[in-house]
Formats: sequence, structure tokens, C-alpha cells
Amino acid sequence: MNAAVTFFNPRGQTRVLPGFGLSLGYTLVYLSLIVLLPLAAVFIQTATLTWAEFWAIVTAPRVVATYKLSFGAALAAAAINVVFGLMLAWSLVRYRFLGKKLVDALIDLPFALPTAVAGIALSALWAGNGWLGGLLAPFGIKIAFTPLGVLVALIFIGVPFVVRTVQPVLEDLETELEEAAASLGAHRRQTFTRVLLPVLTPALLTGFALAFARGVGEYGSVIFIAGNIPMVSEITPLIIITKLEQYDESGATAVAVVMLLFSFIILMTINLLQAWAGKRTGRNR
Amino acid sequence: MAFAATLHGTSPVGIGAHRYEDNVATREQPWVRRLILGVSLTFFVLFVFMPLAVVFHQALSKGWGAALRAVTDSDALAAVRLTLLAAVIAVPLNLVFGVAAAWAVARFDFRGQELLGTLIDLPFSVSPVIAGLIWVLIFGAQGWFGPWLIEHGIKIIFAVPGIVLATIFVTFPFVARELIPLMQAKGRDDEEAATVLGASGLQTFWRVTLPNIKWGLLYGTILCNARAMGEFGAVSVVSGHIRGQTNTMPLHVEILYNEYNFAAAFAVASLLAMLALVTLVLKSWVEWQGNRPVVQEKIISRK
Repeated sequence: MNAAVTFFNPRGQTRVLPGFGLSLGYTLVYLSLIVLLPLAAVFIQTATLTWAEFWAIVTAPRVVATYKLSFGAALAAAAINVVFGLMLAWSLVRYRFLGKKLVDALIDLPFALPTAVAGIALSALWAGNGWLGGLLAPFGIKIAFTPLGVLVALIFIGVPFVVRTVQPVLEDLETELEEAAASLGAHRRQTFTRVLLPVLTPALLTGFALAFARGVGEYGSVIFIAGNIPMVSEITPLIIITKLEQYDESGATAVAVVMLLFSFIILMTINLLQAWAGKRTGRNR
Repeated sequence: MAFAATLHGTSPVGIGAHRYEDNVATREQPWVRRLILGVSLTFFVLFVFMPLAVVFHQALSKGWGAALRAVTDSDALAAVRLTLLAAVIAVPLNLVFGVAAAWAVARFDFRGQELLGTLIDLPFSVSPVIAGLIWVLIFGAQGWFGPWLIEHGIKIIFAVPGIVLATIFVTFPFVARELIPLMQAKGRDDEEAATVLGASGLQTFWRVTLPNIKWGLLYGTILCNARAMGEFGAVSVVSGHIRGQTNTMPLHVEILYNEYNFAAAFAVASLLAMLALVTLVLKSWVEWQGNRPVVQEKIISRK
């Protein structure tokens, strides 16, 4: 423990508060046992494959089709959430309307509702005989059991991310900015695009990245509405499950490595975006 | 840091909406206002409210009697028990970890502090399916410890321990993520004063730290519990789907749904939806409680 304490405290500063060794030691052991070692297992298992085998698995046409759907639908859903999430956050902060507290509390529903429940609810809603699917059916538009169903599920899952990152920034915004713009003769639209939007951009991008990252890995809310047709409406997490069920652990792990690497890149991007946002708006969160 | 912002509550809504509506410089023309409100609320109703409403509507589609029978069925009750068991184990473990991690990260400066914060967030950005896969690789029949476990007759994968492990992984960051920014914002002065005045570590924690972080702690625990009880993907990989034995409530919903027993599936799902609603109510209440002292401070300082 002493050597470890020296490593983490190279300058040998005296600490006033007790419990540094104990709390950090416990944190590192628990983190390693629950998160780091198990995740390392994925990479170690993949090392049993040759590079050619690995490449063949992760670029098989059926697997590539799932990347296109998972990444494409997650991108589209995140973009849609940026637009409507901004409008929702704007309404919640700036306007008075009936039931506002209820709307504000329910924004977090996609976080709190178990994904399997969301999945069956969305497929009942958007199926040909559902409340919303039934409205679209006469026009020949099918949502459930097509790639559009995946999009709908990922929009649902992503709603809170954009609203909850933009809302606090909007609340902290001083009205002086807009007053200055107005007194200098700017139209409301100019004030929005030239003054407000630049301030909101880091938060919007962070919300976009969070919704995108969640959407790519999402499983429960998607599989019920997707239809899961190979090459058409199959998502990447489902491919991992399918391979596992066929006792193809190496195959499942190879695809998992691709997803994990992607998640790490997104996580780093989000950290950079938040550092940028913190600098821009003077907030540290 | 990544997901902290989204999980954090915001200040009480509506405190100053009229502040913007009554200000010439910050209000929109009536038609713009109506358009934004109309579009955003339509989006909310279509994508958030209706999925919730459809759960309860479908649950009661065959009447109260059928719904009640579905949730009191012996397999459903076994699923409820297993869900509660997984949460009862996973939540306290992650609660203790969250407090220890927050004490280490927010009360001391050390090399790799930022990195540790990022690593704690890691489970949030891992697909639930991978959260299940990792335990199969370690404890599954062909996994690292598979042969040894089989030899000694211990079952982890396709059994309760696997479900608990998967649940611990997916709910890992919740409490730590709430406490770290909260304790960083409060600063170290109070605890340092207590220590200098002769309080022991435990006394300082119970009498100084805990009263300061209790609402954040409760908030993180509520979110952690909601995820623990609702997790589907990770648990699905390690469960084996044995009715009455290794099915949690979300998995029971899936089985009923795949058997085309829709009314029963939605009846069990409505229990989980109610859990989500209770979570949201508690969360709003905790935010209100947590915000109160701040609001009072502001009012006092203005005088």
C-alpha cells in the first residue's frame, strides 16, 4: 500500500483528511474486478484469433449491414433529437404552459423505463394496427418491423440526452446578451442564429454525442420493433447475441471489440466536447 | 464526466419563464412561440407520452382480472423476487463503492485523478449486450474459469450469480457519478475544519460529509435502483431464460410477448412502468429537497 501511496502522491504532500489509502485502494480494486478485468477479457479472447480471422468476422456482409443500420439509425435519431430536443428545452425554460412540470418530469422517462417495456410499447404503438402505425398504414408507410422502427426506438431512447444537456445552459444564460443584441438592432432571428446558437452549440453537440453513443449500443428497446431481418433490420448488438447462441464466442467477441473501440472513441470525444463547453460557458459540468 | 450532465437535475422549472415572456428582447412573436410550443409538445406526446400510455392501455385490454392474474402468476412472482434480489445485492455494493470513489476523487489530489473519473464512467458507454458477454467469457462453460466451475458444480452463467454480476456492471457508475461532482462543488473546507478540531475520520464522514451529500446520495441510489430492476440486455445474455428460476421481470415480459400473450406481457410491463413513474416522482422530490436550501440561501443573501 505504501508504494502505491507514493506512486499516487509523487510530491509527498501531507494530506489533512484521513482515508486516502483506504478509499482509493477500495475504488481501484472494485473497479478492476467489476469493470476493467472483465472488459480486458474481451480483448484477450480476441487475441486467440489471427488478424485474418478477426478481419473476416468483422467485415462479413451480414455484420457490415448491421453496422450501417446501428450507426446510421443512431446518427439520424441523434440529429432528430438535436432539433426537437432544443425546441423542448426552449419551451421548458422560456414559455409558460399548462402541465409544464409534468412534461419536465416525464422527459426522463426513457432513462427510467426498462428498455424491454419501451420495446414492446413502441412496437404496439407503431405496428400496422397500433395507435400511430394505424394512422400511417393507409398511406403505405410501415414503421414497425422495418429499419424505420429502429429509428423510432432510438429517437425515444435519445430524448432526455439533448434536452437535459441544453436545458441547464439555457437556464444559466443571462438575458443581457439578448438585450444587447436587440438594442443594437438585431432581429430576433439574427439574435438566435448569431448570439444564442453559438453559446448552445457545445451543449447541443454533447447531447448529440451522448444520444448517438447510447443509440449504437441500444438493445432492449430496439429488438421488439426492428423485426430483426438479416441484412435489413438487424442491429449490431443482436449479431453478438446470435453468435453467442450459436456457441461462436470468438465471433461474438470480435464484433464486441469493434463496438468497444468505437465506444471509447465516442467517450473521449464527449470528454473533449464537455471540456470545450465548460470553457465556453464557464460551467464545469 | 461524460454522462453526469444528463443525469443531473436542473433547477426547479418555471421559476422565471415570465422573465423571458415579459421582456421585449427575449420573447418571440406570438406565432413563433405557438409554433415552437406546438411542435415540441407534439414531439413529446408522440415519442414520450404515448409509449407510456400504450403500456397501461394494453395491460387492461383483457380487463383487470386478466391483468391481475398475469402479475400474480407463480412465474411472474418468481421473476419479481429475482429482480428484487438482484437489486438488493447490486445497489448497496455500488453505493459503498460510490461513496469510497467520491471520497478518493473529490477529497484528494493524486496522479491519474481525471483518468479514474473517466474509467468509472466506462460502463455507461458499453452496450448492455457486451456487459453480459464479458461474464460469459470469464465464467461461461468455455470461459476462463468454466472448466473449474463445472468440476466443482458451481453455476454462475445461466444462474442467479451471473444475473447479479451483470446488474452490478450496468449500475456501477450511478452513485459515484452523482457524488463526485457534488462533493467537488462543496469543497473540502468543512471536513478539514472538523479533522483539525479533532474529529475522527468516521465522525467527520457521518457528521459533516453525509449531511451535505445526503440528497445526492439518495438521487444516485434511486437511479441506480431503477436501472438495476429494469436492465434487460445484459441480463438477457447471462440468464438462460429458465422460467420461474432465472427470469427477471423484464425477461418475463419478453417471454410472454414472444408467446403472443400480449395482455399478460403488458400487465407485467405495467408494473415496471409504475416503478419508472415512482422513480421519476422520487427524483423530482429529491431535486426539490436538494434545491431548497440553495433557494433559501439566495433569498437570504439578497436581503
